[in-house]
Amino acid sequence: MNRRTMGKTVLGLAGAAIALSVGLGAGMGSAFAQEKLKVGFVYVGPVSDHGYSYQHDQGRLAVEKALGDKVTTTFVENVPEGADAERVIEQLAASGHKLIFTTSFGFMNPTLKVAKRHPDVKFEHATGYKRAENVATYSGRFYEGRTVVGAIAGKMTKSNIIGYIGSYPIPEVVGGINAFTIALREQNPKAEVRVVWVNSWYDPGKEAEAAKALIDQGADIIVQHTDSPAPIQTAQERGLWSVGQSSDMTRFGPKSHLTAIVEDWNGYYVDRVKAVLDGSWKPIDTWGGISTGMVELAPYNPAIPADVVKMADQIKADIVSGKRHSFQGPVKDQSGKVVIPEGKTATDEQILKMDWYVEGVQGKVPK
Amino acid sequence: MSFIRLEPRGQASKTMVYVTPLLAVALTLLSGFILFLAMGFDPLKALYSFFVAPVTSVRGVGELVVKATPLVLCAVGLAIGFRANVWNIGAEGQLTLGAITGGGLALAFYGEGGWWLLPMMVIGGAIGGAVWAAVPAFLRLRFNASEILTSLMLNYVALLLLNYVVHGPFRDPDGFAFPESRLFEADATLPILWAGTRVHLGALLALLALAGGWLLIARTFIGFQIKVIGLTPAAAGYAGFDQKRIVWLTLLLSGALAGIAGMGEVAGPIGQITASISPGYGYTAIIVAFLGRLHPVGILLAALLMALSFIGGEAAQIAMGLPKAITGVFQGMLLFFLLASDVLIRYRVRFGARRAAA
Amino acid sequence: MSDLALIGPILAAMFAAATPLLFAALGELVVEKSGVLNLGVEGMMLVGAVCGFAVTVQTGSAVTGFLVAALAGAATASLFAVLTLFLLANQVATGLALTLFGVGLSALIGQGFVGIPLEGLPKLHIPGLTDLPVVGQALFGQDIMVYLAIAAVPLVHLFLYRSRAGLVLRAVGENHTAAHALGYKVLRIRFFAILFGGAMAGLGGAFLSMDYTPMWAENMTSGRGWIALALVVFATWKPVRAMLGAWLFGGVTILQLHVQGLGIDVPSQLLSMLPYLATVLVLVLISRDVARIRLNAPACLGKLFHPDA
Repeated sequence: MNRRTMGKTVLGLAGAAIALSVGLGAGMGSAFAQEKLKVGFVYVGPVSDHGYSYQHDQGRLAVEKALGDKVTTTFVENVPEGADAERVIEQLAASGHKLIFTTSFGFMNPTLKVAKRHPDVKFEHATGYKRAENVATYSGRFYEGRTVVGAIAGKMTKSNIIGYIGSYPIPEVVGGINAFTIALREQNPKAEVRVVWVNSWYDPGKEAEAAKALIDQGADIIVQHTDSPAPIQTAQERGLWSVGQSSDMTRFGPKSHLTAIVEDWNGYYVDRVKAVLDGSWKPIDTWGGISTGMVELAPYNPAIPADVVKMADQIKADIVSGKRHSFQGPVKDQSGKVVIPEGKTATDEQILKMDWYVEGVQGKVPK
Repeated sequence: MSFIRLEPRGQASKTMVYVTPLLAVALTLLSGFILFLAMGFDPLKALYSFFVAPVTSVRGVGELVVKATPLVLCAVGLAIGFRANVWNIGAEGQLTLGAITGGGLALAFYGEGGWWLLPMMVIGGAIGGAVWAAVPAFLRLRFNASEILTSLMLNYVALLLLNYVVHGPFRDPDGFAFPESRLFEADATLPILWAGTRVHLGALLALLALAGGWLLIARTFIGFQIKVIGLTPAAAGYAGFDQKRIVWLTLLLSGALAGIAGMGEVAGPIGQITASISPGYGYTAIIVAFLGRLHPVGILLAALLMALSFIGGEAAQIAMGLPKAITGVFQGMLLFFLLASDVLIRYRVRFGARRAAA
Repeated sequence: MSDLALIGPILAAMFAAATPLLFAALGELVVEKSGVLNLGVEGMMLVGAVCGFAVTVQTGSAVTGFLVAALAGAATASLFAVLTLFLLANQVATGLALTLFGVGLSALIGQGFVGIPLEGLPKLHIPGLTDLPVVGQALFGQDIMVYLAIAAVPLVHLFLYRSRAGLVLRAVGENHTAAHALGYKVLRIRFFAILFGGAMAGLGGAFLSMDYTPMWAENMTSGRGWIALALVVFATWKPVRAMLGAWLFGGVTILQLHVQGLGIDVPSQLLSMLPYLATVLVLVLISRDVARIRLNAPACLGKLFHPDA
């Protein structure tokens, strides 16, 4: 049995115990019957993807664990981002869910449409930019994690070629590549980044093929912004380094996995559910980074030298304290033009709209 | 070898045409009961949330129609092709192209539309789908390349093309570089036919397509040719039917209908062009076409049933946490029973060995 | 590194990428030669993938895993066989339903096996040969399944064209009524052909989950079953051509990733279209000769047969 199913069973038992006690309470004629808050989650992938949707579901389980006596949760997995999304969200709203997390960008407009019809229901949409009276947005500053990883890669690479596997050329991914490259070249100005887009978030075979191609072109570290652990496995097989994404992927390549950029929604979800419970919920935009715990780095590989670990920790600390920004001027684009001048940092809007590469990335952003 | 054997009926049984679907549903309910029970779910509640709960509200019934609309549009065209042995597996790609061309018009005339925009989008979507279907038609007739392969491969090409346009030319200029187009304006959005639901004009187009498909097959000489070619290609050859023309016609027609379905999705419930328009409608429509025995009425019923099974799966997830995986298994079983029970229309079941079967 | 030096690695990656396609396509080829069209390849691959993976995790034996994967694929296929052969269900629709069913069933079985790593199979290493420039890694540095898939090509060819059983199978696919009149058990032959197709699809799926990317993930075949189906048509029902088709598809897939890595300025979506377009293009080139294809396509493909009809 793996860790996950075991966790599920334990939670299941806890849930059963709660149900039992509630039932007993009712049976004993207790007049106290407070209705639990129903919280819904909509996932774009299967909860078993061990990546993006899995991490969101971990957040849901954290809510159950922390507030199980006050809330019940429901999730719908594998929801396509087309016309079906609106129906699923609507069904959740219509069936008494008072707080609904829609966890993928493609759910943005469907969420807003449903929110309009259900002013009494609160919605939280991940990674989007449209808000309303009852719609909040949230996302992680994952690029901060990529800055740390980039610096580590700069120290660890021997071939000075980093292979980067991208999913789709959206700003989040392009910004991640840039943050990584800036930090990489700060440590190692000769290093360059080669990008391969697989046009999928989750296709283990394709991701492994992309990793192989990059390795064959001389890359000695494979970084991914896709969700399957296949690139880690490929790197391990070839005896090279890799960096995971979404969740800790160490077990798929213990010798290869330098670290991973982990998306941790647990704290945020618990906070937001609490806010609804105590009435303090507001339709705000949260863009949490390393400082809020939304972005974390998986435990470093023990093979990373102590001075590199120290450097990485320092960068992390500087990001948290605000002393360092992932996009600190001067930042030049591929043509050598200064886009972010000296002494300035990129604005949030610049980061959110990023569709250009910094110096040191090979190729062009597909448009 | 076997004590149960099938004996052909002289004529297809009229009674069985109506009895078999009921039998299949009964078997599905029974096996679903066992499946859900085995997985540790309350079987009655699961079946209820699967088949009944989704349609207990006006909105729910509307959703059923919304979901069935693209299935009907694609399946009608495919069924006509299948009757003529034209194996178009590419409805998914043709649908996608219709969404790109039809929806592209909405973007091209953004801010300067009028009453004429929607009709133009319908035509544009139809042309996009038809052009995409014309490729397999041309390659089959000119180069003898199997349309099974070419139409299937073009599905992948169409999806990548969609991906390209939403990241590039169609991207919303104010959308933070996310891969989505602008939201369509009101005059580029299909009107809602039934207040309080998402049922849009596309549903009406789907009904028209059903009627048109029926007319074509049952009442025209072209329909007669299609049927003859499908049943006995040799006879069609002797009769001097222009088989090339039928290949062109069936592929263009099914492509155009799939294109309209795609346009209907982006101009209807989605309201913009995104990277994921169809959750496999083009493939599901193939099942719908055969489940409906290639007949318009059958297609309508099959599309509604498939739509219900998808929506029911979601409802069961929400109501009782039934994993999506079980939904797939259950759907597969439902289809197996429906397809298998057809045998009773043409055959009688006999017990006792007459001679070893097969 | 000069770009020419990439030829070796590209070839090596191509053979591996082609392997799951080749297994599944060879199986489906035999099925279609017997006159049956099973569109459920994707579903059978997934069931094979999850069962092979699960058993390997439990037993630690990859051999057992692959055997079980083949059995699981065949068992899934037997559903299709019963429905289409004995209950005369429509083959196209039943195949598609089998895919829906297989996707769900594999996800259900796989629930407890997500996030578990597995060691892939060891790679061959023959000192001297494996170290040869350009072709060494590609020809002498693969794992056993890659070689098995290639070895299956001549075997299937010999079976179909040089054995009596193969002759009968082809006869059944060409004209089931005549074959039946001659006393051949049409349904029995097709039944075993379908089982074989399922077993091969299961092996193809297990190659993905146990070797290529040794893990289980829902829907991890990502449409490779469909590509395998297309390859059978591409091959005009000839095993050697199926192999060439799988290499073409796998090769172009790998090539376009390399082109991206080299930073060539073409949108990645357009590059990703290349494997599909290349397959269509080559099919067009080889299909021009009408007579040759007619000779190969099984005349009874997709048609139902009942002994009493």
